[in-house]
Amino acid sequence: MSENLTLVQAVRDGLRDEMAEDDDVLVMGEDVGKNGGVFRATEGLYDEFGGERVIDTPLAESGIIGTAIGMAAYGLKPVPEIQFSGFMYPGFDQIVSHMARLRTRSRGRYTCPMVLRAPMGGGIRAPEHHSESKEAFYVHEAGLKVAMPSTPHDAKGMLISAIRSPDPVIFLEPKKIYRAFREEVPDDTYEVPLGEAAVRREGTDVSVFTWGAMTRPTIEAAKNLDGEIDVEVVDLRTLSPLDIDTVVESFKKTGRAAIVHEAPQTAGVGAEVTATIQEEALLYQEAPVERITGFDVPFPLAALEDYYLPEPERIESGIRDAFDF
Amino acid sequence: MVRVIDENGEVVDDAEVPDLTDDELVEMYRNMKLARRFDERAVSLQRQGRIGTYPPLSGQEGAQIGSAMALAEDDWTVPSYREHGAGLVRGLPLKQTLLFWMGHEAGNRIPEDANIFTVAVPIASQIPHATGLAWASKLRDEQDKAFLCYFGDGATSEGDFHEGLNFAGVFDTPNVFFCNNNQWAISVPRERQTASKTLAQKAQAYGFEGVQVDGMDPLAVYKVTKAAVEKAKDPEEGDLRPTLIEAVQYRFGAHTTADDPSVYRDEEEVEKWLAKDPLPRMEKFLKRTDRLTDEDVEQIEADIEDDVADAIAAAEETPRPDPVEMFQNVYAEMPKRLEQQLEWFQSIRDEHGDDALLED
Repeated sequence: MSENLTLVQAVRDGLRDEMAEDDDVLVMGEDVGKNGGVFRATEGLYDEFGGERVIDTPLAESGIIGTAIGMAAYGLKPVPEIQFSGFMYPGFDQIVSHMARLRTRSRGRYTCPMVLRAPMGGGIRAPEHHSESKEAFYVHEAGLKVAMPSTPHDAKGMLISAIRSPDPVIFLEPKKIYRAFREEVPDDTYEVPLGEAAVRREGTDVSVFTWGAMTRPTIEAAKNLDGEIDVEVVDLRTLSPLDIDTVVESFKKTGRAAIVHEAPQTAGVGAEVTATIQEEALLYQEAPVERITGFDVPFPLAALEDYYLPEPERIESGIRDAFDF
Repeated sequence: MVRVIDENGEVVDDAEVPDLTDDELVEMYRNMKLARRFDERAVSLQRQGRIGTYPPLSGQEGAQIGSAMALAEDDWTVPSYREHGAGLVRGLPLKQTLLFWMGHEAGNRIPEDANIFTVAVPIASQIPHATGLAWASKLRDEQDKAFLCYFGDGATSEGDFHEGLNFAGVFDTPNVFFCNNNQWAISVPRERQTASKTLAQKAQAYGFEGVQVDGMDPLAVYKVTKAAVEKAKDPEEGDLRPTLIEAVQYRFGAHTTADDPSVYRDEEEVEKWLAKDPLPRMEKFLKRTDRLTDEDVEQIEADIEDDVADAIAAAEETPRPDPVEMFQNVYAEMPKRLEQQLEWFQSIRDEHGDDALLED
């Protein structure tokens, strides 16, 4: 059996199923309880599981993340929500100094099996600090896994994998596509493994690597180029650890690549993908790797965000550049 | 401020000596002596270049040993980085403390049967962990464990102090927040951390009890910690479980071996606090009450000299760790990229030999 769900409903479905399956799983954060989360990602969970497993916390991100680390070290599997990824920074010290390092520091005596969820990215006309894409911060930190689903089916399956992961996971949910479309999502629990990219569209001319909310405009651009350029679209899904094999396999086929992400260009995850291609498949390379990304500017307020975010036209131009070189 | 014995080891007016056996009282003294001797040797080892930067604890033995001995085996301690004395009471061998400050990760591998959390270097960052550990215990309906978190006076200025204590109050977690107020955060005095009259009074804002205790009086520290632990496990109706204990004390030495305290504090001040030294104080108390003789002291001193020497020998005999360990325990399973880096690194070792890769 399956249901036609939006991405945010699929997140909720994944949380619900895993909480039903494993008593150690709990949800905590600001407004996640009675209110069901500001995006409704935890809707109904409070009624089903009660206030000890769906916990409204004080408004304090470092406190939320820091106490979750303690809970995880004690054997629970907390899934804290930070209301917007732009508010993770008060807890950044806890993330990089402890969540990422507890296993290393204690030589495996203590581990931190928690999932830190946060809505991320632009495209919903939000106020300042509500639109950033800072996945590269977390990819840079050894000890963390970083995942970003682009479909409802993946959102549920990847979230379940993240909760079951023995490692801490930063789970970034692109809010632009929280309700943008629906997809059949199985009722049962299932895993979409972390660390595996998905080829969304096969092609032979140019490989385009993307993730999160940029996956849809990238597929649209690929379709627009149909007949002109045969574009392969690879959704990386997990940014740490990167699925090197899928990236390299696709690139060896096409010899040309473009990367699409909404984060600023400099030191973005696109740079890591580019370096991987250089290291692993230089002799297959026919053209410079194109990066179609946000600009190296603070994310603009809503009136200009359409100019900031890559959209199909910009992506098409970038793909053409990779193809025509 | 709670006190049990004064600077001459005499029981202060109306104070009740905690209910400890003679052996336990002597054990408390012995642990403090051991911590002091360890500390002296560790500072000296650092001066000789045999260990790295080291944070001394001399002056703080009363607070560390008194509090750690008030805990049951199932209770937990969540340290910062100066609690070597508390660590030894709780089951962390001195050898491991030395290894950690010699730069061996293995020093932080807490023995399986010891309920001690890892060292936390970023100030106050361990406080939310202590709250989370206690909260998890409560959510699992355990009624029999308390979680004691150590931090210093400087930590009370950090956001994580506030957030950790605030969560503890809101969720009524079985915590004891133990502030080692040693008057100095490196070079910044206690008065620069807060305009609050005491640090203990900050508990009031979180809705639970704050207690100020003479941190150089191990019996007073034991007493207030014991009471806080009992309340954490089984509070009276209307009481919240957490307690903030401010143990007023002084570090006789530097913040770490990397600073020189004569730059920022007066010798007169140090002298004033040296008069409160917990060791002679406890010794006088024990002798005055016929629990300890000069011969006992000699025997204890000889024994601890051996204990410390053995720990140093064992630590120094420990070979440099295998560099492969650096790649392990980052994730449950090594990711491919890391495997590649390890493989490359091993090829470099094979090619050049370890001697060429090491600076000394």
